[in-house]
Amino acid sequence: MGEKVAIIASGQTNHCSKRADVNIPEMIQEAVDRALLQANITLDDIDAIVIGNMEHFEGINLSDMWASEGAGSVMKPAMKIATGGTTGASVAACAYYHCASGLFDTVLAIGWEKLSESDPTGGIITAFDPIVERLTLAGAVGGLAIEATAYMKAHNVPEEVFALAAVRSRQNAKRNPHAHLKLDLTVEQVLETPYIAYPIHYLDMCPASDGACAVIMASEKRAKDLCSKPAWIDAVVCRHNHAWIGDIPYGKHSTLESAAVEAYKVAGITNPLEELDVIELYDPASYTQVSWLEYLHLCELGQGRRLVEEGITAFEGKLPLNPSGGVVSTNPIGATALIRVAEASLQIQCRADLRQVDGVKRALATGFGGSYWNEVFILSA
Amino acid sequence: MSTPKEKPLYISIKTDLPYAYSAGRPLSKFLVALRDEAKILASRCNNCSYVLVPPRTFCNQCHKPTPDVIEVGPGGTLETFSVINFPFIDPFTGLERPVPYGYGIVKLDGCSNFLPHFLDINDHRKLEIGQRVEATFEPTEKRTAAMTDIKYFRVLI
Repeated sequence: MGEKVAIIASGQTNHCSKRADVNIPEMIQEAVDRALLQANITLDDIDAIVIGNMEHFEGINLSDMWASEGAGSVMKPAMKIATGGTTGASVAACAYYHCASGLFDTVLAIGWEKLSESDPTGGIITAFDPIVERLTLAGAVGGLAIEATAYMKAHNVPEEVFALAAVRSRQNAKRNPHAHLKLDLTVEQVLETPYIAYPIHYLDMCPASDGACAVIMASEKRAKDLCSKPAWIDAVVCRHNHAWIGDIPYGKHSTLESAAVEAYKVAGITNPLEELDVIELYDPASYTQVSWLEYLHLCELGQGRRLVEEGITAFEGKLPLNPSGGVVSTNPIGATALIRVAEASLQIQCRADLRQVDGVKRALATGFGGSYWNEVFILSA
Repeated sequence: MSTPKEKPLYISIKTDLPYAYSAGRPLSKFLVALRDEAKILASRCNNCSYVLVPPRTFCNQCHKPTPDVIEVGPGGTLETFSVINFPFIDPFTGLERPVPYGYGIVKLDGCSNFLPHFLDINDHRKLEIGQRVEATFEPTEKRTAAMTDIKYFRVLI
């Protein structure tokens, strides 16, 4: 086991579809500045920086170099982590490893994306095998759609349940000044939008956003010196997968389940539905708010709809899911998983303002990406 | 200083950067068999019996070498599917990929894993998980040792 590590502060841009007013380093600087302000420290106090995005979205391969001034990494140790959708979670994990190793005391983790600058689906397709799989792949939308089809068939769950989850997400987003899609919708309105890829309707899917997120982590002593209410990191678990879409079994989401089981073990959690107070799930499409909760062992397989239909995961429910509005409301991809970790830490720190859930002592955050791979974080007060 | 009336600019850049990817030996054999014989090849692991399409140099389950190549399909069952219906840029062409198209995950007869490919959606009401499907090949003169040599999988009644 490494040293104890906590999140002491975070900062986010106000995510939206197009930040034409800033370039990439300027957008990153906004998030970094907000995190430093919340921590009441300056860049001089930062020992190392970890930054990430997905290169093909903006066509900039050395984003750690290109964004060095916005990130504040000039004359500091800095490295780029790029793992696609999970980038933000991998950046957080890497910053955690820096501090847990005892080699660094205060580390800045940054995730960012400016999806308005190219075609996200085209960019995602370049992550896959060029000879066999790119021909038919339709980016994340296509990959998620085939999982949703398999889930509906296996457990006889109708689209209405997913639409209800989509409605709740956009309502929660109205509580969050950083969220992109803040909408009052009905289930019918979601179902009336066309299938972008059967069985996913347009309003079931996450948007493409511009935005950045910065999280400051610190070693135990530094965290206690700098922060009256740090969010302690209890578990960080990552699971990757086979590379090819054709090599992955459908009808189970083994990376999420395996990561969650390991994280619960490390954090000493035996009954996650009772012991967790809030979840920030990387939910790229609404069906994941039903299906993926089953792999987090919050219910039996096929019973995820109950958590949604009975309001268990609603904002006022027993275990609120994505009070921030989640990914279905906001998705600057390289920042998205780091936003989950940041939002979970804000809940622990009682800094979540209108989206604050009462009495949060333990929070779970996930990152999703690649060929159905996952990272799971557990934070505590 | 800019005034609120000045709109921030976008500068468009189109990057043509050609790549040539090595297919490796088993995948090359697979592509040539599609072109010359309209056959689908897979590798079979002598250690754990797992059958992978397209064929590989090593098994993705037990990491042992897989020198044996066998013929699989052309029939199979539909594991899952979607119908893709939104516009996006195809990195192969730099142009929008034609939609709608059927996207199927097919379990070929004799295989342990799946082959993702186009589905014939002329009658999309027939698409169902577990449905029998079969590969339709392009005519000989149109085949180029590429995945497109399989035109699509069609649903068998």
